[in-house]
Amino acid sequence: MVVLCPGPVDVAGVRLNNHLILAAGVLGTTGASLARMLSLGAGGVVTKSIGPEPKTGHAGPCVAVLDGGVLNAMGLPNPSKDFVGELDQLIGKPVIASIFGGTPEEFAEVATWFAGRVQALELNLSCPHAEGYGAAIGSDPEMVRECTRAAKRTGLPVWVKLTPNVCSIADFGIAAEEGGADAVVAINTVKAMRISTGMRRPLLGNGMGGLSGPAIFPIAVRCVWELYEACDIPIIGCGGVATADNVAELMMAGASAVEIGSAIVESENVFTAIAEELYRVDGGEDPCAIVGCAHD
Amino acid sequence: MIEEIPSEPVVITHIIHETPSIRTFEFSRRFDAGAGQFCMVWIPGVDEVPMALSARNAITVQKVGEATEALFSRSEGDLIGIKGPLGNGFSPTGRVLAVAGGVGAAPLRPLVTDGLADTFILGARTAEELLYAGELDGEVDLRIATDDGTRGHHGFVTALLEEADPASYDTICVCGPEMMMKAVLGILDAHGIAGRGQFSLHRYMKCGVGICGSCCCDPSGLRVCRDGPVFTGDALLQSTEFGSYSRDASGRKVLF
Repeated sequence: MVVLCPGPVDVAGVRLNNHLILAAGVLGTTGASLARMLSLGAGGVVTKSIGPEPKTGHAGPCVAVLDGGVLNAMGLPNPSKDFVGELDQLIGKPVIASIFGGTPEEFAEVATWFAGRVQALELNLSCPHAEGYGAAIGSDPEMVRECTRAAKRTGLPVWVKLTPNVCSIADFGIAAEEGGADAVVAINTVKAMRISTGMRRPLLGNGMGGLSGPAIFPIAVRCVWELYEACDIPIIGCGGVATADNVAELMMAGASAVEIGSAIVESENVFTAIAEELYRVDGGEDPCAIVGCAHD
Repeated sequence: MIEEIPSEPVVITHIIHETPSIRTFEFSRRFDAGAGQFCMVWIPGVDEVPMALSARNAITVQKVGEATEALFSRSEGDLIGIKGPLGNGFSPTGRVLAVAGGVGAAPLRPLVTDGLADTFILGARTAEELLYAGELDGEVDLRIATDDGTRGHHGFVTALLEEADPASYDTICVCGPEMMMKAVLGILDAHGIAGRGQFSLHRYMKCGVGICGSCCCDPSGLRVCRDGPVFTGDALLQSTEFGSYSRDASGRKVLF
C-alpha cells in the first residue's frame, strides 16, 4: 500500500490541491458542478470540451454503463462561447479548460476565450467519435503540433490529451512536445462498440463510442509508460482510475497527476475516498519520488 | 468496479390514449420502482429520453418533441429500451398531498396506486387534458382545477392548494410545469412548510446516471438525474435556477 504526503501539487504550470483531477466531459458543463467537485475533494477540474460553435451532440443513447466500463458517444455537446461565464465563480481555482476545434485556427480562437480565466488549457485531440474533431485530427502528428502551437499563443500552459487509438502514442507525445506542450494527458477513451442483441442494433445512438472505466486501466498504464520513455514533459495519467492503488500505479508508470472520470458513476465522493486512502500527513512518501519509479 | 446499468428491451403491450396529447405505454416487464423514479426510454433509431414511470410497467408521455412524437408512432408489439429505475423518487410520510399539473401527474400516480396519497389536486388546461381523472376518482380525495373552467375549479391548482390547508399535510408531492411548482413552493413557504414539499424537476438529460453533467443545477451543482429528480422545497428555496431557466442540449441557458 503506497501512502503519499498530502499537499499542493505543481504540475505543468498548474497548482493543484492534490494529485486527483476531474477528467474532461464529466460533470463539467456548468460552473456549479465544477465547484461542487472541487468541494468534494478534486484537486483540480477539467471542463467539458468547448468548441468554436454550440453543439447539441449525438442522438441517444449517449452513455451505456457496462460491467467494468462506460461506453459513451456524447458527440461533444457544448454551449461554445456562452460557457465562459460559467467560470466567473471559479477564478483563481485549479480549473483547466478543455477545448477542441477542427483546425489550428479554431483551437487558437477558442483558446483566447479562456485567457486569464483558467490555469491551463487541455486540448482535446482525442475524442474518438466526433467527425472532424478530436481523434480525427489528433491522429495526425502535424496537426497535433500545429494545434498545440496555436493554443500556446495565449501564454497559458497547454496540456495535450492524446488518443490511445493510434499505433504509437509516443509519436504523438513527441509531436505535442515539439509544439510546445507543457504536458500530455493520456489517455482519452478507447474506440469501442456494443450491440444490443435484444434490439439488434448498436447500443449507442452514434454506433461507435469510446470506452472508459476500469476495463481500460491497463491500456492507460501502458500508454503512460511509453510516453514517459519518449517525452521530457510531465504526463497526466487518465483512464479507468478508480482506487488509490490505481493512482499510485499510474504515477509509478510516469504520471505526475491523474484524472478521474467514470468512477463518478459509482460515487461522486470518489475523490475524497481515494484521498483518504492515498495521503497521510505523517509517514507518507514524497510523491515526486514515485513518479516513474517503475522505470528504474 | 462499475456495475452494469442495463437497458432492457421491452415490448409495448398496451397503449392507452389518456388525453388528446398524452398516452400511456404499458410494457412487458415490471421494474422495482418507487413513486417519482424515472427511466431512460430508448426509442430505437431516434433518441433516448428520460420519462417518469407512471407504474412499474408503464410510462405516460406527452407529445412535445421529436422523441415523444416518434414514441407516439409506435404500436403495440413494438420494442423500446428501458433503463431504470433511476433517481431518488418521492419519500412520502404521514398525511400526503399530491399536486399535479398536466402530464406532471405521471410520477405522482404510483402514490395513489400504492395507497400512499390522501388528497390529490389535479390540474390541466382544459377538462379533456385532465390526466387519470377517471381512475383517480374514488381512489383518493380528488380535487380538480382547469385553466378554462371546463371542469372543477376555474383557475390554477394553487387556489385549491390554499383551500386544502397545506399545513395539515406532512408531505406535499408536486410535479408539473416549473412555474406552477414555483407558485406551489411560494404557498408552502408562506405557510412556513417549504421543507414538507417534494418537487420533481425536469431537466435536459443525456446519460441519466449522473456522469455527463447536462442536468446539473445552479448554484448547488446537484444532478437532477442522480441527486433528484425530487428535491425538497427547502433545497429549491436556495436555487437560483428553479423557475428561472434550464439548459438545452448544448448546455445553453433557456429562460422560462
